[in-house]
Amino acid sequence: MRPIGISVDTPEESANLCKKAGYTYTFLSDAGAQAIRRYNIVHPGAGENGKDIARPAEFLVDSTGVIRWVNLTDDFRVRATPEQMLDAIKNLR
Amino acid sequence: MDSNRHWNWRIWVGFLLPWVGIASYVFVFVRYPITRNVPWVPFLFFLVALILLIAGLRRAFGQPSAYRGKIAGPILAVLSVALMAFFAFGTLYATRQLPASKGAPKVGDKAPDFSLPDTHGKTLTLAELLTTPTGSAAKPPKGVLLIFYRGYW
Repeated sequence: MRPIGISVDTPEESANLCKKAGYTYTFLSDAGAQAIRRYNIVHPGAGENGKDIARPAEFLVDSTGVIRWVNLTDDFRVRATPEQMLDAIKNLR
Repeated sequence: MDSNRHWNWRIWVGFLLPWVGIASYVFVFVRYPITRNVPWVPFLFFLVALILLIAGLRRAFGQPSAYRGKIAGPILAVLSVALMAFFAFGTLYATRQLPASKGAPKVGDKAPDFSLPDTHGKTLTLAELLTTPTGSAAKPPKGVLLIFYRGYW
């Protein structure tokens, strides 16, 4: 299973975050929100200077490219727990 | 007469507690889902603060010859209530104002492809992420978990 973090941050900002927090998995920079728009999870104007950013969301994609689990929170303080994600991954097998 | 009146500590402690509760949330309890998702720790502080403020005000106005706080009491009580209301609004309402995202892909849908740079500036597509072995593994991953987050803008 490969976790991928995606946000509107630049590659440099994400690299700083990884260094600070010790994350070793892949972070992608979607500065123009192209993927965020394609996944229909734009939070319009919620970023700095009214920038469009992503609402928090998690998608589990299997090896054939099909989505097998989705988590869309209704409160951005409340995220999927590691247990929920591991459960979803377990069910993939 | 002034010197004989007691210091109305309930009002001042009642004023201090909401700040302590909010600070405890911002610096400590926001890190753990069990104390973050429902911010019950600061709300507990608020409850004690309200009880102390009411008790303090009752002393200030009910026994003005024995207790101080007829001027400071109402001012601090209003400030405290405003602070608690602001925090409650922020955590119970403001962070829930997310778009419905009804058009987001659903279970069973094909995941939309994308092409984005990683932290080394290397551009990766979803198809590549699904077919490229990672680390020391010889086989491609069983899948990928896309975690969209708001960013540290």
